[in-house]
Amino acid sequence: MGLWLLRRVGQILPTLLILSMLIFGLQQLMPGDPALIMAGEERDPAVLAEIRSELMLDRPIWAQYLAWLGKILMGDFGFSWRIRMPVGALILEKLPVTLQLGLMAFVIAVAIGVPAGILSAVYKDRPADWAANGLALAGISTPNFWLGIMMILLFSVKLGWLPPSGYVPFTEDPVQSLATTIMPAFVLGSGIAGVLMRHTRAAMLTALSQDYVRTARAKGLPERLVVAKHALRNALIPVVTLGTIELGRLLAGAVLTEQIFTIPGFGKLIVDAVFNRDYPVVQGVVMATALIFVLLSLLADLLYMAINPRLRSA
Amino acid sequence: MTRKTPLLAALALGAGLLATAAQAQTLRIGLREDPDILDPTLARTYVGRIVFAGLCDKLFDINEKLQIVPQLATGYNWEGPKTLRITLRQGVKFHDGEIMDAEAVVYSLKRHMTMQGSFRRSEINTIESLDVVDPQTLRIHLKEPSAAFLSQLTDRAGMVVSPKAAEAAGKDFGTRPVCNGPFRFVERVAQDRIVLEKFPGYWDAGNVHVDRVVYLPIADSSVRLANLQSGALEVTEIAPTDIPAIKGNRALRIAVGDSLAYQSILFNVGNGSRADTPFGKDARIRRAFDLAIDRDALNQVVFEGMVTPVAQPLPPASPYYDQDFPPPQRDVEKARALLKEAGVRTPFVVEMTVPTNPELRQAAEVIQSMVAEAGFELRISSMEFASSLAAAHRGEFQAYMSAWSGRIDPDGNTWAFLHSRGASNDGRYANPEVDRLLDAARAEMDEGKRRALYDQVWPIAIGKDQSRSYLWSRKLVFGVSSKLEGFRMVPDGIVRVQGLKLD
Repeated sequence: MGLWLLRRVGQILPTLLILSMLIFGLQQLMPGDPALIMAGEERDPAVLAEIRSELMLDRPIWAQYLAWLGKILMGDFGFSWRIRMPVGALILEKLPVTLQLGLMAFVIAVAIGVPAGILSAVYKDRPADWAANGLALAGISTPNFWLGIMMILLFSVKLGWLPPSGYVPFTEDPVQSLATTIMPAFVLGSGIAGVLMRHTRAAMLTALSQDYVRTARAKGLPERLVVAKHALRNALIPVVTLGTIELGRLLAGAVLTEQIFTIPGFGKLIVDAVFNRDYPVVQGVVMATALIFVLLSLLADLLYMAINPRLRSA
Repeated sequence: MTRKTPLLAALALGAGLLATAAQAQTLRIGLREDPDILDPTLARTYVGRIVFAGLCDKLFDINEKLQIVPQLATGYNWEGPKTLRITLRQGVKFHDGEIMDAEAVVYSLKRHMTMQGSFRRSEINTIESLDVVDPQTLRIHLKEPSAAFLSQLTDRAGMVVSPKAAEAAGKDFGTRPVCNGPFRFVERVAQDRIVLEKFPGYWDAGNVHVDRVVYLPIADSSVRLANLQSGALEVTEIAPTDIPAIKGNRALRIAVGDSLAYQSILFNVGNGSRADTPFGKDARIRRAFDLAIDRDALNQVVFEGMVTPVAQPLPPASPYYDQDFPPPQRDVEKARALLKEAGVRTPFVVEMTVPTNPELRQAAEVIQSMVAEAGFELRISSMEFASSLAAAHRGEFQAYMSAWSGRIDPDGNTWAFLHSRGASNDGRYANPEVDRLLDAARAEMDEGKRRALYDQVWPIAIGKDQSRSYLWSRKLVFGVSSKLEGFRMVPDGIVRVQGLKLD
């Protein structure tokens, strides 16, 4: 076990190293000159040369890469070229925002998707099923952008219930924080709710046709208990797996949603950085995301081992 | 679902009430994007200038008529063609309590000139030396006469920072700027908000009526509009297409004014191999292209009449605007004749690079169909803005839709673009006569003579050589809450916070 863990961690380091090269290399393929975009309307060649030298853009790529890597190893992600704030601090400031948004979206998705899936399986081929299916289809196929604007128009402009954009940290003012994130979280969660509903329905239908369900019914258990205790428990296993996959997609989906609702999160950070060619921010955010994913996959492996003892000897 | 709705509504309502109470005397201004660093020496974005208007006063300002008026200065006079004497206002304090005097002004100008990464250096590099005459007076010696110099001091180069704070903070000054404007810096959350609070020691404190100003960057124009409509913003620039949405709303009004900005099509006439085409070499073909464009129709179709068609780089609001060089009437017959004269086969293919932006794209498509009637096949190549900028710089374009935010002095709208040594002359247009006229206009201090020099530039650089097609000058369109009084529309589009009152 100890040896396995050591080997597993040993794999992470080269993975991260290769990732860092990829991130750095891919970025060099981005068209556009960072010095030019940094300079804005300024075109004085002397100013451009100074920017290039300050940002080391006039050095060979490998030298830029080594300098960046060296700093990363010291825990220094560098400074944003655009606003001169440390990238590490920016990441730490933005990550909780997106995590809150993602978590809320996930809760909304589960709260809508799973019950709707159960309902539509239990009332298969009845109006409730059709309605749930229709909703799921709408959730999956409605573009986030359109839904976002429509919700802003309804809840902020027409009804005046919710602030149309912006963000307040939960620690600062929980009520205001929920008010600013509920619409984006709903937009983000609605698509996933649709997917979850479809999968819950399929899993439930399979479960409901199993022998143990028939046995439970034959024992004279009330239908409510049959569905909740026997069918749902088993049906939920694939749904949970899917849910965790969707959680990752959710963070990616936050990019667009944050843009619409002007939520200062991870997604907006990277989009703005790409458009402004703020390389240290792009590199830092992508690297941090990669690190999170690598650590999560390590955690998943450890969890599998905890659940399934047969894996431990492998 | 149904059980949740009342709960949500209650939550939201509570949140709304809280928000109203907490922001009683707060002025909220929407910005198109998040500003860059808030250091007058290192800053370069347009939206950053809007924030600086609350933070940092300038030696001079401009008014609605584009005249230069004193702000931190009380006056100036040219002691010679190269010597400018500036007198300063008394009793101006920085946000850290320090007194602003001539020493501080000289410090800031030197900082602009020498700090690494300064974007001000090229604006004021005509300065040779600076003298402090007395605490309220300074003298600036220039290397050569410069008619445009004073106008540079109406923007960030004319902002004076607290020397003590600037020395202490070094390169990080922009994360906690200390200036002398009506509001001082409180906090900034990147991509979310910049908060300023009233500075009690402001020299013109009687003219400041709100307690706080919050600048909110909101990239999407429809979301900006929604914020305005729901009362989450008091002022913001809006898209011309959003005017109808505001017109019916009693809580809002629209403010429209001329801007300094222009939109043009830049032609590659000498930058690399892409200029080696009949289009790049023969001005008659470019002239035909220009004549095929109906600027009035563009204005109506794409901008709902909210731009001003132009044919020169100066805004109609400028005192240097040449009334005798109006935008040409569309003339398809003449355009066809010019193409025939040039001896090229039609349809004549031209590729135009257009930065990705829905409005520009639409304008490009309208132009595409207009020039088609004259015998051009216009191919539109959409490109993300940063990429298009780099491509233009390298000469990888035939025609490029290029905009300029505009400067109040004509030199800032012409020299860099039309002079053969101009840094923004990406098409590498070169005509010795134009160079001579632009150099002479740069040094001419007499407004009348200077105007006469510029008036000679247009018929050559545009009329004869067609190095660019100037298309329109944008109008500034602001949505303003009816609760807000005293909003002034200045052609630079910068919101002046002095005099603004909230009901």
